[in-house]
Amino acid sequence: MQMNREDLLQAYRRMRTIREFEERLHLEFATGEIPGFVHLYAGEEACAVGICMQLTDRDAIASTHRGHGHCLAKGVEVAGMMNEIYGRKSGLCGGKGGSMHIADLSKGMLGANGIVGGGPPLICGAALTAKVLKTGAVAVAFFGDGASNQGTTLESLNLASIWNLPAIFVCEDNGYAESTSSAYSVGGSQAGRAAGFGMPCHEVDGFDFFAVHDAAATAIARARAGEGPSMLHVRLSRYFGHFEGDATTYRAPGEVERLRAERDCIARFRKRVTEAALLDDADLDSADEAVTGEIEHAVADAKNAPLPSEADLLTDVYVAY
Amino acid sequence: MSKKSYRAAINEALRQEMRRDPTIVLMGEDIAGGAGAPGEQDAWGGPLGVTKGLLAEFGRERILDTPLSESAFIGAAAGAAATGLRPVAELMFVDFMGVCFDQIFNQAAKFRYMFGGRARTPMVIRTMYGAGLRAASQHSQSLYPIFTHIPGLKVALPSSPYEAKGLLIAAIRDDDPVIFFENKMLYDDEEEVPDEPYAIPFGEANLTREGDHATIVAFGRMVKLANAAADRLEKAGISCNVVDPRTTSPLDTGTILECVEDTGRLVIVDEASPRCNMAADISALVAQEAFGALKAPIQMVCPPHVPVPFAPNLEDLYVPSAERIEAAVRAVMAYKAREAA
Repeated sequence: MQMNREDLLQAYRRMRTIREFEERLHLEFATGEIPGFVHLYAGEEACAVGICMQLTDRDAIASTHRGHGHCLAKGVEVAGMMNEIYGRKSGLCGGKGGSMHIADLSKGMLGANGIVGGGPPLICGAALTAKVLKTGAVAVAFFGDGASNQGTTLESLNLASIWNLPAIFVCEDNGYAESTSSAYSVGGSQAGRAAGFGMPCHEVDGFDFFAVHDAAATAIARARAGEGPSMLHVRLSRYFGHFEGDATTYRAPGEVERLRAERDCIARFRKRVTEAALLDDADLDSADEAVTGEIEHAVADAKNAPLPSEADLLTDVYVAY
Repeated sequence: MSKKSYRAAINEALRQEMRRDPTIVLMGEDIAGGAGAPGEQDAWGGPLGVTKGLLAEFGRERILDTPLSESAFIGAAAGAAATGLRPVAELMFVDFMGVCFDQIFNQAAKFRYMFGGRARTPMVIRTMYGAGLRAASQHSQSLYPIFTHIPGLKVALPSSPYEAKGLLIAAIRDDDPVIFFENKMLYDDEEEVPDEPYAIPFGEANLTREGDHATIVAFGRMVKLANAAADRLEKAGISCNVVDPRTTSPLDTGTILECVEDTGRLVIVDEASPRCNMAADISALVAQEAFGALKAPIQMVCPPHVPVPFAPNLEDLYVPSAERIEAAVRAVMAYKAREAA
């Protein structure tokens, strides 16, 4: 698929937004001001953006505990997310969800998910909605190599296959389920699993935005045409721990530094578009500057935003006691 | 108005609601039956024939036979509900919740609250419960207290054909996930049921008998047994209220407390295992809110805390009976407070 200048600039800006958002949270979490658990997506940006920029608000995605990147890529607004992560009333979920449950159904974002493997069945449902109501929408389940071993994921591959659902299963294989390597935990291969359920699998270099984009375009076109589900097996890497506070002693010395220096998806994107003279450094620098300002503003806003009130404890659910 | 079985009343509720609202789909194992098979389509209409005949009217687009993958299709119901359908999923036996519970209690139940009120999850899970079919430990449980325990879920227990139709229509129209517990021993029971659609509101108990001496609160099939016990007691001069709460979440605590205030004696009949069941829950409620009205200790008529046994004589001993309910009422009537020291 051809991408015009505007698409490229938007892709860059979204990837940079995710990176800046996550790098900043890494710093802010260390101050102790952010409650709970935070799982950062930095390093994996090309995957979320390469796929989601080809989706509309009508198309649904289900995310994981590492969900900030998917939200931002799907167009969920930065300030609402930051407020939510800080547990503020002005957060997207009124401060009741937090980092692991950010959702914005108006953007087709069915939620980050605290349960590994929680998303794929939901995506079968969203795809079923599209099929029954004939909306032409597709639904995308992001899940990790860890979730690839959950029964929910395997059952969903089968259900999507037999119902010929407009679903796309994106296995984000960052090599580690918490601290356990996918080399140890995954029997067979993701592609072999997809083939076992009768669907095509694209092996994708997740450090290469364009590779992700092309594979996603094929899978999305197949789903929209009513030809059924696909899998993308995207190999990528996270730059931070499983959660903030994870000392990551299970990784090889220098592993992350080497990836950052040699394979970083944003640096690679930048090199490619400038070398091909599709965008110039000035475009990209000014995008960087805008992103830094937006994140700075969002953090300051979130820190000063009011907390939920006591009355909020009992709203948005039927309460008997 | 005509005589309908519990099974037919449920079928009629589904049919009438599906005619009214094209976003309603049914999904479950063998709910039509025969999918992809060379023989009859709609071969089963559900394992006990409850959904029979719906396939002919609504087709395979809306009557979705699923593989034996409860996690996938119960989760798909939740995802479909969050995105614009109104699915009614059949979890054949509630005992199978063990393989799909995450999708119910961590996903569907929590969307609305966790997402700050910006999601709705209008799904119904119809499921069979209860002992009596000689189906042994893994097909006979009464697990409604577990679902009642989860904030965000609503739980309905229809006790008769009339109740089944009205409560199912209310469940389908509700924007929260509802677990709809059908007692498998009631499917052939018949009574007069209106032909037109009607909804019975959740959280409004039904007083099936009125009396002055004692209050019996009973759930699901136990309402029928409680009525039988109350009729026998009436002949012996003991008149009872029988309260069918209809739903355990929401629970009509007001009616229960009023009846206890009026009679001062309470017997609770619950087919669920006794620890942390509805009988224990209501006992705690009454102890907190109506302690001064009690003339006798509360009696809980429940099964023993054991798995449901297979041997018919053991299963009959296991399930609460009208005789045990009657004995419990006689016990609260006979109770004499100890002399104050």
